[in-house]
Amino acid sequence: MLKKEDKIFKNLYNELGWDLENSLKRDDWKNTKDLISKGREWIINEVKTSELRGRGGAGFSTGLKWSFAPKEVGSRPHYLVINADESEPGTCKDRDILRFEPQKLIEGCLIAGYTVNAHVCYIYIRGEYFNEGKRLQEAIDQAYKKKYLGKNACGSGWDFDIHIHYGAGAYICGEETALLESIEGNKGQPRLKPPFPALVGLYGCPTIVNNVETVAVVPTILRRGGKWFSSIGKPKNTGTKIFCISGNVNSPCNVEEEMGIPLKDLIEKYAGGVVGGWDNLQAVIPGGSSMPLLPKKICDTITMDFDSLIENKSGLGTAGIVVINKDQDIVKCMARIARFYKHESCGQCTPCREGSGWMWRILDRVVKRKATYNDVELLADVTKQIEGHTICAFGEGSAWPVQGLLRHFRKEVESRCRDKPLVKKKLNNPYLVDQHLLENKNA
Amino acid sequence: MSLKKVHDDQPKEFKFSTENIKKVEEILKRYPNKNKKSAVMPLLYLAQKQNENWIPLAAIKYIANYLAMPYISVYEIATFYSMYNLTPVGKNFIQVCTTTPCLIRGADKIVKLCKEKISPNENEVSKKSNSSWTEVECLGACVSAPMIQINDDYYEDLDEKSTSEILESLINNKPLKPGSYRGRKNTAPEKIASINGGKHA
Repeated sequence: MLKKEDKIFKNLYNELGWDLENSLKRDDWKNTKDLISKGREWIINEVKTSELRGRGGAGFSTGLKWSFAPKEVGSRPHYLVINADESEPGTCKDRDILRFEPQKLIEGCLIAGYTVNAHVCYIYIRGEYFNEGKRLQEAIDQAYKKKYLGKNACGSGWDFDIHIHYGAGAYICGEETALLESIEGNKGQPRLKPPFPALVGLYGCPTIVNNVETVAVVPTILRRGGKWFSSIGKPKNTGTKIFCISGNVNSPCNVEEEMGIPLKDLIEKYAGGVVGGWDNLQAVIPGGSSMPLLPKKICDTITMDFDSLIENKSGLGTAGIVVINKDQDIVKCMARIARFYKHESCGQCTPCREGSGWMWRILDRVVKRKATYNDVELLADVTKQIEGHTICAFGEGSAWPVQGLLRHFRKEVESRCRDKPLVKKKLNNPYLVDQHLLENKNA
Repeated sequence: MSLKKVHDDQPKEFKFSTENIKKVEEILKRYPNKNKKSAVMPLLYLAQKQNENWIPLAAIKYIANYLAMPYISVYEIATFYSMYNLTPVGKNFIQVCTTTPCLIRGADKIVKLCKEKISPNENEVSKKSNSSWTEVECLGACVSAPMIQINDDYYEDLDEKSTSEILESLINNKPLKPGSYRGRKNTAPEKIASINGGKHA
């Protein structure tokens, strides 16, 4: 259990006030100038000691990422980009940081910007978070007024500006290179890597892309020391994390806890337990919709951190926990997720563009009890064809949840299938027509 | 990628208002001089706001001229991103989140209510209340599920009763306030004694 004084986001529920005056009482901007004056090496080392891993899903070491930025600024300026395009179903942690702890993010931006030699920072907020963006802009204006931003920001001798860029409803823009494309004024379609954004990113310049939560915890880490942060949680899975618990629980909520907390504790202590009791639990999606689900047997003992979830063939992702109890139709739930991915595929790589539609249509047939046993084989095959054959991780993100369903609930899926297809006559549809369009006008 | 339809009845001309021209200049300052193209998304938003929440082709042409971009690139962006409306929507534009976390807490009941009270079909402006509704993908308020977005505001923790009250209030042109409809503070855990699992929609 996380001690109260170790909580980083003390105002997660806006009980203390979000504005600058109240943030100062919570030690934001306390000794930012001193921290920055200790130099880049010290900051990167301290973040490395803390073993902070990116909170956006991939879990890459933040200190290491920052050290990839070129040490000297060449002919091209450096950029810092904050990924606030939070669209993973099950995740809503960044929204609360933007609304209620904006100064932590802004201070983190200044420190991160200084560390990677960036004078300009873009915060990419999803378009639906219009009010959250407005709130953040107010907070930025307050910081400018206090001279915490702008020329000689916070007396550190470093010039720093923050701009907000709104997205417009594309999930794929949460992928870092798609996000950069979107800021540049293009369609949000991911780029091939390498070159990585740290060398060739926004406008072809070195760019560091970080998640909101990652950057917002940095000032506290530097203030209290990397050792303090790494003492919380488990080795290599250190620190605190905001968990979003949604779905069939009595009291869905966001809560900051230490890494490696047992899943059962999170659900029972904070979310008021599963609706209908723990025994009524069917499955849990542990890290946002793109992570494979876990059946109850694993949920009994699993701890919430990157490595133990990977051992169980899932992942921590964004720590958006979706609880599904036995009153729900598990295949319908996953079919809906497959529809989400079909809707959000950017259309750049064929396996993902076509495969995501295939997966949805097959699962939809299973829900309607129209699928055959061969369809299930086909479904498993399609997930394998998508995985690893696309430019970005969206392919894996769409295929893994279906693989998880087949891994743990294959009997359930097959119990709804039939031997022979329902329609025996072959449909005379032209080649390369998206079949679902013929079935359903509004798809 | 979603299907998008361009409206049949297009206005001939579009121009930013003087007030918006000032805003455009502010927006352009955010991006490097060589990269004015970056402003295309904020500019499309401005055009959408000025033109009753939808973007006519004339506006796409206008923005393309303004930023010295090919018309097709701007068109491409307007069709790629789902938040740009290329057909008119209601003055109250209701977006119902129906992705899994909302679905398992009863989003389908909210869709049913919208069909009953607003219009039987998606994206159809009802004359009575000047509203339209549409199903959308995850809106990022999963712990407050089920939820809807009306224009810019989130209405959270809904059940059937509160949803029909909200929709009625739109019809009567006295919109209710956004926020949680279970009386809780933002996303904090609730006192368990006071709730039971059956309370969501």
